[in-house]
Amino acid sequence: MKKTGAEIFVESLKQEGVKVIFGIPGGVVLKIFDVLHQQKDIEVILTRHEQGAAHMAEGYAKATGKAGVALVTSGPGMTNIVTGLADAFMDSVPLVAFTGQVSTNLIGNDAFQEADNVGISRPCTKHNVLVKDVNDLARTIKEAFYIATTGRPGPVLVDIPKDVSINKADFKYPDKVNLRGYNPTYEGNKHQIKQAAEEIMKARKPVIYVGGGALFSDAADEILEFAELTQVPVTMTLMGLGSFPGTHPLSMGMLGMHGGYWSNMAMHHADLLIAVGARFDDRVTGKLSDFSPEARVIHIDIDPTSIKKNVHAHIPIVGDVRTVLRQLTVLLRSLDGNVNERRQQLRPWLHQIEEWKRVHPLRYHQDDKVIKPQYVIEKLFEITKNEGIVATDVGQHQMWAAQYFKGSRPRTFITSGGLGTMGFGFPAALGAQKAYPDKLVLCITSEGSFQMNLQELATAAVYKLPVKIVLLNNGFHGMVRQWQDLFYEGRYASSYLGKVPDFIKLADAYGIPGFRALKPAEVEPVIRESVKHKGPVLMDFHVDPFENCYPMIPAGGAQHEMVLEDPPELRKADKGGAAKKKADEGEGILPA
Amino acid sequence: MEHIISVLVENKFGVLARVAGLFSARGYNIESLSVAPTLDPTASMITIVTEGDDRIVEQIIKQLNKVVEVMKVIDLTEAAHLDRETALIKINTNTKLEHRDEAIRICDIFRAKIVDSSPTTYTIEVTGDVGKVEALINLLKPLGIKELIRTGRIAIGREAGKTAARREPQADKA
Ligand SMILES: Cc1ncc(C[n+]2csc(CCOP(=O)(O)OP(=O)(O)O)c2C)c(N)n1
Repeated sequence: MKKTGAEIFVESLKQEGVKVIFGIPGGVVLKIFDVLHQQKDIEVILTRHEQGAAHMAEGYAKATGKAGVALVTSGPGMTNIVTGLADAFMDSVPLVAFTGQVSTNLIGNDAFQEADNVGISRPCTKHNVLVKDVNDLARTIKEAFYIATTGRPGPVLVDIPKDVSINKADFKYPDKVNLRGYNPTYEGNKHQIKQAAEEIMKARKPVIYVGGGALFSDAADEILEFAELTQVPVTMTLMGLGSFPGTHPLSMGMLGMHGGYWSNMAMHHADLLIAVGARFDDRVTGKLSDFSPEARVIHIDIDPTSIKKNVHAHIPIVGDVRTVLRQLTVLLRSLDGNVNERRQQLRPWLHQIEEWKRVHPLRYHQDDKVIKPQYVIEKLFEITKNEGIVATDVGQHQMWAAQYFKGSRPRTFITSGGLGTMGFGFPAALGAQKAYPDKLVLCITSEGSFQMNLQELATAAVYKLPVKIVLLNNGFHGMVRQWQDLFYEGRYASSYLGKVPDFIKLADAYGIPGFRALKPAEVEPVIRESVKHKGPVLMDFHVDPFENCYPMIPAGGAQHEMVLEDPPELRKADKGGAAKKKADEGEGILPA
Repeated sequence: MEHIISVLVENKFGVLARVAGLFSARGYNIESLSVAPTLDPTASMITIVTEGDDRIVEQIIKQLNKVVEVMKVIDLTEAAHLDRETALIKINTNTKLEHRDEAIRICDIFRAKIVDSSPTTYTIEVTGDVGKVEALINLLKPLGIKELIRTGRIAIGREAGKTAARREPQADKA
């Protein structure tokens, strides 16, 4: 019996094991939504904005490792997900986005709500296709999921014209894909692996530098085994957090622009870098010409384009991180076996790192008057015992979360790294919560980012997604204000937001309870009260508006030239503390 | 440095745009581009000539390899290869009478053909490596070129071993 395109769509998604779709309907996808409405296997989450749908699908994917799915209409529905596609592309998130398109006979006619979906999304998708014939639909969907989730994962867009969803075809879901041009390499080259093992045995100042690739390859166990066997300290990029326990003695936490002093120093003085699913992003390397000048580089990545892009790799190994680490560990065990001897050899190096850590630890000063944002995150970490999932937005709060929330399990720290998308955090938290309804999901955000997608409060309320929103409310685009303090003589051009709106009242309007903390002593009670609560909650912490995030490698600076605290000449342009006064007074509808 | 890149792709819509996009996204110009189906009609060969920093061209080649519909990428610049292009050149022959004779003489030397003629013009077809095509164009310029169309280059790798016996390796370097 023949099926309509819409039925084929739904059946295909069932075959892929899809449980939830995030999206918003519109004219050209009504047929698909209609079929979805009449079945029970796949749940549709109606978001309040398509950008929210895309980030929820990303959050779902980042939390589970499975493809997240979004379904939106043509034209504005599609253009609204572009940020999500670009974000997923940068952070290698397996996202399959289905967009509606005008009927094939109208394509190219500037029809109502027509957009060149494939053209617009081309540079920000791993792959995209316009399906022109219903007979191609099932195969295209199969390929889309396959491409999104294999190799270096990424977003795939499938554009479905209205008539394709209505026309009929025989349905048989293919069990294999046949893509001549697509064969990711999983196994590492044996010769290269042998060379890598030799370098590792020789090295006296080695560092393992782990990126997001390790998470998508599910390599956390392998990294732990590899690090413990070799006794090499581990540092992680923002995207790699969670791939190695943050509290492990060999963990150096995050590196890069706001990474630990000790981890950046270790990178700078290393004689060997073992890069694992990382891409030497400029936020990590700082000034390239001064980057790890003495280090030999072993670079393991599934994506050949990541290798030797920014930094030369002496031993490039193209392959799946997990597979390659297993190969490497087996080989090292056969060579070495004597962990103790190795431990002796690396003792001076580990000692040196401890020393760096001792001299310049992460620090802030909490008095009893103004809440420090770092304090809130430390308390959160302490109280939630690291049992939940954290999703962050973008800005200072994101960096503090990365520094102070020492997550230890993979896929529990969800953040927008490559694109740095403000507005990502809240919908991503909702997507993660949808994947794990019983887990504690925290959204660490700030008023700037939160306001970019706060319409999803409705989605949280309607679908009872119990995300705990942690709003580090500093009344500023904090990260921008920090740069203005450091590099623009404290001229706060368009970075002051004020404490507007009253977030407690706002949450209340959605039927979501809110708790506010104005003093340090209120922080703990607010957190404890909120995590006890069954449904979604908003915590509004009024934090020090002028706290800056350190260490910091200034843009264009070298990795070992970190700024560690506020320079004495700070806030020069702020004559008479006008900015502070304004910020303190809250300049808005709120009592201070 | 100039690079001649052969890209074997699925013969489908959208593929060319993806391939070209990798160049434009990096601010790289494509000097010339030719696309046509191969022996297998479901595949096409794209030949791209571009000028650029070796490191960036290497990146582009890796990126090309990543495109799902791309089956094979070869940077022919590094290997012995033959490249050819065809040009159609329309010249004025009405300024001076001798120009008609002169054009024929030049064509003879270059083994170019006059493929169309009108009382006031000749249209000349030439095929060869870039050096030859450009030399011909330069010689025809004084006669007055009215219109010029070039196909852009196509290139093919040389069979190692076999070719060396038949021709001196230098012959096609130009
Ligand atoms: C969509 C988007 N627009 C602009 C920026 C530039 N930007 C980076 S951080 C930042 C400020 C973030 O402010 P907020 O969310 O309040 O966080 P805070 O730094 O105060 O913790 C801005 C505007 C961005 N990253 N994303």
